[in-house]
Amino acid sequence: MLRLRPLTLHRPTSLAEAIALKSEYGTDATYFAGGTDLLPNLKLLQVDAQVLIALADVAELRGIEAVDDDGGSTLHLGAATRLSTLAADPVVRSLVPSLADAAGRVASPQVRNMATLGGNLCLDTRCRYINQSQLFRDALGGCLKSHGKECHVVPGGQGCVAALSTDTAPLLIALGAELDLLGPDGPRSVPLGRFYSTDGLAHTDLRPGEIVVRVRVPVPAASTHVRNRKWAVRKSIDFPLVAVAVRLDLDPAAPVLTGGRIVVGVLGPRPRQLPLDRFAGASIDEALALQLGDLAFDRSRPLPNVPYDADYRRERLRVEVRRAVRDIAASLEG
Amino acid sequence: MSEFRVLGRHHRKIDAMDRMTGVERYTDDLTLPRMLHCKILRAPIAHGRILGIDTSAALAIPGVEAVITGADLPTPYGIIPWTPDEHALCFDKVRYVGDAVAAVAAVDEETANAAVAAIEVRYEKLPVLDDPHAALADHATLIHERRKPDGSLVTNNISKRVELSFGDLDAAFADAELVVEADYRFHGTTHTPIEPHCALAHADARGILTIWSATQVPHYLHRELAKVLGLPRNRIRVIQPALGGAFGGKSEPFDLEFCAALLSLRTGRPVKCLYTREEVFLAHRGRHPFDMHYRTAFDRDGTIRGVDARTVLDGGAYSSFGLVTTYYSGQLLCSPYRFGAYRFDSRRAYTNKPACGPKRGHGSVQPRFAIEVQLDKAAVALGIDPIELRRRNALTVGERTINEFAIGSYGFLDCLAEVERASGWTERRGKLPRGRGLGVAGSTYISGTNYCIYPTDLPQSGVQICLDRSGRVRVFSGTSDIGQGSSTMLAAVAAEELGVALEDVRVLAADTDLTPVDLGAYSSRITLMAGHACQRAAKDLAFKVRSAVATAWDCDRSDVVLAEGQAMRLSAPETAMPIAEAFVLAEVEFGTLGATGSYQTPREGVHGDYRGATIGASPAYSFTAHVAEVEVDEETGEVQVLQIWAAHDCGRALSPTLVKAQIEGSVYMGAAEAVMEHHHTMPSGLRADGKRRDPGPGVAGLLANSSLLDYRIPTALDTPDITAIIVEHPDPNGPYGAKEAGEGPLHPAIPAIANAIFDAVGVRIDALPITPEKVLAALRARTEAR
Repeated sequence: MLRLRPLTLHRPTSLAEAIALKSEYGTDATYFAGGTDLLPNLKLLQVDAQVLIALADVAELRGIEAVDDDGGSTLHLGAATRLSTLAADPVVRSLVPSLADAAGRVASPQVRNMATLGGNLCLDTRCRYINQSQLFRDALGGCLKSHGKECHVVPGGQGCVAALSTDTAPLLIALGAELDLLGPDGPRSVPLGRFYSTDGLAHTDLRPGEIVVRVRVPVPAASTHVRNRKWAVRKSIDFPLVAVAVRLDLDPAAPVLTGGRIVVGVLGPRPRQLPLDRFAGASIDEALALQLGDLAFDRSRPLPNVPYDADYRRERLRVEVRRAVRDIAASLEG
Repeated sequence: MSEFRVLGRHHRKIDAMDRMTGVERYTDDLTLPRMLHCKILRAPIAHGRILGIDTSAALAIPGVEAVITGADLPTPYGIIPWTPDEHALCFDKVRYVGDAVAAVAAVDEETANAAVAAIEVRYEKLPVLDDPHAALADHATLIHERRKPDGSLVTNNISKRVELSFGDLDAAFADAELVVEADYRFHGTTHTPIEPHCALAHADARGILTIWSATQVPHYLHRELAKVLGLPRNRIRVIQPALGGAFGGKSEPFDLEFCAALLSLRTGRPVKCLYTREEVFLAHRGRHPFDMHYRTAFDRDGTIRGVDARTVLDGGAYSSFGLVTTYYSGQLLCSPYRFGAYRFDSRRAYTNKPACGPKRGHGSVQPRFAIEVQLDKAAVALGIDPIELRRRNALTVGERTINEFAIGSYGFLDCLAEVERASGWTERRGKLPRGRGLGVAGSTYISGTNYCIYPTDLPQSGVQICLDRSGRVRVFSGTSDIGQGSSTMLAAVAAEELGVALEDVRVLAADTDLTPVDLGAYSSRITLMAGHACQRAAKDLAFKVRSAVATAWDCDRSDVVLAEGQAMRLSAPETAMPIAEAFVLAEVEFGTLGATGSYQTPREGVHGDYRGATIGASPAYSFTAHVAEVEVDEETGEVQVLQIWAAHDCGRALSPTLVKAQIEGSVYMGAAEAVMEHHHTMPSGLRADGKRRDPGPGVAGLLANSSLLDYRIPTALDTPDITAIIVEHPDPNGPYGAKEAGEGPLHPAIPAIANAIFDAVGVRIDALPITPEKVLAALRARTEAR
């Protein structure tokens, strides 16, 4: 069995205390929410931390609330909300059922009972050359993300292209979610759609010491239809090999497209956003399903970074987009 | 109604509640005072010479008690006595990424890990052979430097080659109505027991070395420990605690047992070594990748005229059971169908990868896939129902297969009939909705092998039974209960013969100091062999008890029966006494009550006389048939295995609940291997487009998926519905007619699924695993061909 190396654990009870601890320990410390991503990475010596700052006792990070504002309502989700809570919460299920569905498809029931929404959005990037044992990485000679100089996914590549394998980010980007962050320099907000970068080594916009406090999700209007699709080999446990969200904004008066977007995950470190403005006026039908599937296929190039055939993942992405559109079309008829 | 009172009835495993309530103690649950922890340094290169090892920095770490290297354990070993090509720790070469190089004992695991990291090894890298065909073609790069009897070097990487021919194959093909010829690939899978390998060694002050190990072969481990450590066997005691799964992956000695033992001898303290999950995947000994070229000749009516099989086995770095695997790849194919003629040529290559070995259905799951798909292709070509084609090629009781194995019982036709009926084959096949299909396959397996791994005339299994005045029965047996329920089988046999309740039988198993030798849990041998031994000892004691009771009642011994916790008079059932009183009477008359029973295989008339004829020969053969129902998504290529109906002829089901559990577990494992599991090394370098490039330094031979996340085994949600059907054709060589049930029921799952996919969408996937991308590519190729 792999051992967790000896660590110091702090259990702050407020955000201020947590941030102060992080400032004190600097890069020796890391925040620790559900631990379902962090602890395996620590055991495999992919992450080096001597101090864990647990967020479990920070009440400010919890809570699910629907807040009415001008023109609609917004779901405020504490970043430490467990994925199993999110999947089962009656408010979430009634206002943004696609989010409850996406949260309920992450990993396995045991993992969802521990994992948090904030943690799922801040998931480290993954790659078949990194998420391996130390023996493997030593034998390989490392890579850009682990004590090496060569990328094995893109030979000669200068940037790490490890994949963001979160189940929830593509959907939340499609929904227009924003993150409330708090750090040593105070609070700020950032749209999730601008939170990720293309650098697999530092793929989020988080500044040193910052914590994701809250996720704000605009509740979609009745004329907005969102579907989240995940494909993995197994029906439980696995990270997504294809993750895509399809958002179709319809004319409230007639079932034709006014806009929307497709957000594709598990490519590189940043989900790809494909606006659908040029399809405005289209009917929601099989022709659109095929067109949007082809769009996703043409504009996405899955890499051999996660452990599955990249060409198939691209084919599969096309089918998953089609099926999302078909599902929306069927719901309009029903 | 059954003639038995315990056997054939539904009962739970005798250890079920201990396992369910968490009180069962597995090897890693054991700790001893002053115990040290052992960690093993593993090679980060796939092939190379060791130029030097510097352990000084490791030894300097406080808390490090001992460090050993290959020079400390120079005696080679191997589970097959003719191929001892392994060392507990490498001292000249390393042959795969993960090969053991040094081991440390330290006061805790953290210190041991730090010490391993501090050992410096200098290597000279050698070319890496990660492909069996390349290895066979290479006469310069030698993974093992072997010498012929004349001292000259063996200049190839052939681990074993077997060529056998039966009947006139050329004639069989010359005027055949149909010849089906195709290439098949089995991809390689591993066992994935939930419990990692673990060993605890204690060299005590009396000079006795005790090893508790998660092994399924305590006896062979006992022998190899003595050989490698240079200790007499009477100073070594091997105990196998409760096991959390094995499936063949723990059926030979491993580096950790030797290392823990020597480190305990060196330090005088107990030493434990527990594998990481990665080490379980590296230790491997899983199912070999096979490349199989098959030609099969048929008559117009579907009769199999001849089979010609050429196979390359990818063996990995060491022999393991490879000599046997290579024989089995051909020898176990000759049943349940009659072959007019047969030839096979199997070559096992050494490669710089984790060693392959025996996994549930050893050596015969791969060729079974090939032949059963061949039969399906013939059925389609000849316009014969696939079940009917199989019926037409059935063997008969008393017949000898083309390779001269004697068939003593044959329930295969009933197995076919059962799955045909249960699946609604006749009514539903060809009428299912688009994308759905049914497929059938059959198989056979052995109930132990006629000969031990090493040459001996000693019994294969011994059992000792003692009766206690309290009415309890103690059964001592060297058998390994690896979860299959062998201890429950022994208890049920003893309870049946001695008239006690199952709960009143205590089974003490797998302790080489306390139990008679049994060869271990492999080749599905225990029920037949230990079952016989137990039955004999129990009958011996029952005779004494009935004699003593007959004396007390002044009646004939044949008038006394032992059943349901009592001794009863058959002619006057109101005359009875509790079984404990009967045991007391017997003890008064005969003294302390104990008896032994042993079993040796029949040696006459069960196999041929040709070289290799004994390998694969068994006292009794089991039979299985499956029908699989699948649904293929033609847009994604994804295959859902909806249901598998599995009928298995186990001779007689001594414990029907356990037999069904073995059928279900086998079907699960087979279906998993068909569509999901794949133990594989990294492609030798990947370009961005996924195509191969020249192997980068250190990449070839690197195990790609050494975790339970990346080595995907099906979850409950991915598992098909399984209908397990017991068929009973008692075999004259089995105890109460019993044959095996632990391995045979796996075989047909894979070809039945492949055949069902063809029925569903008309494409053949002859290279496993059956993945969505392969199905999609095949569907597209079919569309383009139209």
